[in-house]
Amino acid sequence: MNNVLKSLFSANARQKVLAFASLVLMIIVFAILSPNFFQMDNLISIMLSTAVTGVLGISVTFVIITGGIDLAIGTLMTLTAVMSGVFISYWEMPIWIGLLGAIVTGALAGGISGTLVAKLKLPPFIATMGMMMIAKGLALVISGAKPIYFTKYEDYNQISQGSLIDLNGVVPGLVIPNAVLIFFGLGVVASIILNKTVLGRYTFAIGSNEEAVRLSGVNVDRWKIGIYALAGAIVGIAGILISSRLNSAQPALGQGYELDAIAAAVIGGVSLSGGEGTILGTIIGAFIMSVLINGLRILSVPQEWQTVVSGLIVIFAVYMDILRRRK
Amino acid sequence: MAENLLVRIEDLNKAFPGVQALKGARFELRAGEVHALMGENGAGKSTLMKVLAGIYQRDDGNIYLDGRPVEIHGPHGARALGIGIIHQELNLMNHLSAAQNIFIGRERKGRTGLFLDENAMNKAAAEMLASLKVDVDPKTKIGDLTVAKQQMVEIAKALSYESRVLIMDEPTAALNDAEIDELFRIIRDLRAKGVGIVYISHKMDELKRISDRVTVMRDGEYIGTLDTEKATMDQVINMMVGRPLQTYVRSEHGGVPQPVALEVRRLNQGRILKDINFTVRKGEILGFAGLMGAGRTEVARAVFGADPIDSGEVLVQGKKVRIRIPKDAVREGIGYLSEDRKRYGLALGMDVQANTVVATLSRFLGLGTFLKTKAMTAVGAKYIETLSIKTPSQAQKLKFLSGGNQQKVVIAKWLLRDCDVLFFDEPTRGIDVGAKFEIYKLLQDLAAQGKAIVMISSELPEILRLSHRIVVMCEGRITGELTAQEATQERIMQLATQRSSVK
Repeated sequence: MNNVLKSLFSANARQKVLAFASLVLMIIVFAILSPNFFQMDNLISIMLSTAVTGVLGISVTFVIITGGIDLAIGTLMTLTAVMSGVFISYWEMPIWIGLLGAIVTGALAGGISGTLVAKLKLPPFIATMGMMMIAKGLALVISGAKPIYFTKYEDYNQISQGSLIDLNGVVPGLVIPNAVLIFFGLGVVASIILNKTVLGRYTFAIGSNEEAVRLSGVNVDRWKIGIYALAGAIVGIAGILISSRLNSAQPALGQGYELDAIAAAVIGGVSLSGGEGTILGTIIGAFIMSVLINGLRILSVPQEWQTVVSGLIVIFAVYMDILRRRK
Repeated sequence: MAENLLVRIEDLNKAFPGVQALKGARFELRAGEVHALMGENGAGKSTLMKVLAGIYQRDDGNIYLDGRPVEIHGPHGARALGIGIIHQELNLMNHLSAAQNIFIGRERKGRTGLFLDENAMNKAAAEMLASLKVDVDPKTKIGDLTVAKQQMVEIAKALSYESRVLIMDEPTAALNDAEIDELFRIIRDLRAKGVGIVYISHKMDELKRISDRVTVMRDGEYIGTLDTEKATMDQVINMMVGRPLQTYVRSEHGGVPQPVALEVRRLNQGRILKDINFTVRKGEILGFAGLMGAGRTEVARAVFGADPIDSGEVLVQGKKVRIRIPKDAVREGIGYLSEDRKRYGLALGMDVQANTVVATLSRFLGLGTFLKTKAMTAVGAKYIETLSIKTPSQAQKLKFLSGGNQQKVVIAKWLLRDCDVLFFDEPTRGIDVGAKFEIYKLLQDLAAQGKAIVMISSELPEILRLSHRIVVMCEGRITGELTAQEATQERIMQLATQRSSVK
């Protein structure tokens, strides 16, 4: 049995194909089990709930490929949302400044995590765990532990909930929310950065053999900080998406999202030991997570059990990763 | 002074915490010469060359390039000065392709300057590899190549910087004969083009074949430089060890043949081990020779139950035994002393006594819970005495002992478990010359006491010196078995590079 599994998972590409196949299989099974699953509004709702986790997954994919981990993304997302609220609601600045504020906040926090890892040589787990708590605390302090509402600014809600692609006339109900478009667009951009630019090349190279990269004359520390900062900026985008969807920055929200995002990346074939992974894989992984949760909910499985099943899926995916590396 | 002096290093000092690695080291390199750098482990060769390659910063001393003093700032600075280095441990990224590895740190970009130009890099890499006559597709992932091919990629990478000084640290350690010939052809081509090559190696025959001059270091100091043509092997070795060569006493296995202590039959493990058969008798030292990656360590680990096997039988004292996990092996009296004792053999932060008794703790329990301190002290004292472990006390932490004494503590640990069959994997790796001889003596004493010893070693003189019989491996199979009388370095190397004709 082990050997069969091993040969099935010998290549990263196969893992991706397999992840995709299991996603399709899950969709088919749920569609058969429940007539409600394949309704257009349910499918849209799945996409919408995938968007935030998916964007966070894209962020953490960069960090995991370097051989690191980022536990701060969940609460940092909240902090960036709060910052957006501070700029827009408190200081009544234009919306675009709020968006920029969220992204810059994310990039700064990511850059600090990256500096802790690269310069002070803290293990990424510890550095980002510290950052997770700092971001959580700051979000509460800045907001006074109260939600910041964007209700006065209708455009803000449109960032996530509006739709540039309204095909209601063609297919009834097919109104793809902007959040989903931003998620996919970001996926394309991130994929290009990862595969076509120097930053992406060093992301893989550092995860594969950091010392070799250093000895090749590359300033590894600087690139690492840059990669963490980029990941942080992407978290800022997630912060915008979630606050726009809720029409408010909820300072108590956020913790736990990082685990879903990491799980999505791992399910999608990003190797926790670094050097391997794709954005497409992570996106598929994020969909697997949300289709599963959505499907179980439609089948009236209690939420507690949904969480248990997600946990099993993550353990299974990491075990696949181990089998794959053992070769 | 010669006109074409490329590099001159004078009075170089470099200290690491606890060690003065270089003491007034000197070296010079002409353009168009292959200059061998020799010395025992820890003599400072690699450190000196890492200073030249910008990986370490010197404490003081001077480095001249083309007669001008230079400061070398990091590997990048060294490369800008035309100094390239190929490390002993390959410095490649397994998940990246050959071309991506070659161009790491100076990626070619398209016209916009934003995106990588993968095609240009693949094409250029293909040309570089072709000029070395190396058959590697630049798009292949490094992790999918053999070690020899990986090394060729590393050489191509170093050359691609148009280095005028090329440092090679034990480049042939993992190559077979044909690959070594290929490497030497490349080195000669480079020499003809005026590149100065520093060649670090332990292998005498290679020095004769490839080098023009040889410089010997010992204990971080410069000892001397000779023209290779005029130098004799004994001369070089004398300079290296700092004393006349010890007479070469072969172990003779006297008297009546002893009973077989361990027999391994038709052992197979995936593509790693194929049809392994061998026996070792009581009182015998069986040497396992072969190149890196030949599968010697894997045999030991498989017999010891550390890795799962596909098929095969193990007989201890003529009785068939089932070994699935190391615990089974220990129960049958088999011990394995890892090549990496710091990782697998010792708890460096604990003291001598704790390390000695750690594998036999159950014997030192009173009422099933409490440690019998007195008994442990007695045992610790006994082994410090019998193995002459040099330590101020039993309470000394292992990390403060020398490599040789650490190794003795590992041996004590296994002796205490009453092992009759002991696998020694590279028993003298990282141990200085003096202590090596003590370990040799210890192995011979253990054999004389009736232990069966399997010794895996990459150092041929060590194998030849100690073994009663020698098994040679290549690519996961046993390619031959030699008695102490038949064995020579040449004969062993021949078997160690004898690849299977059928794939």
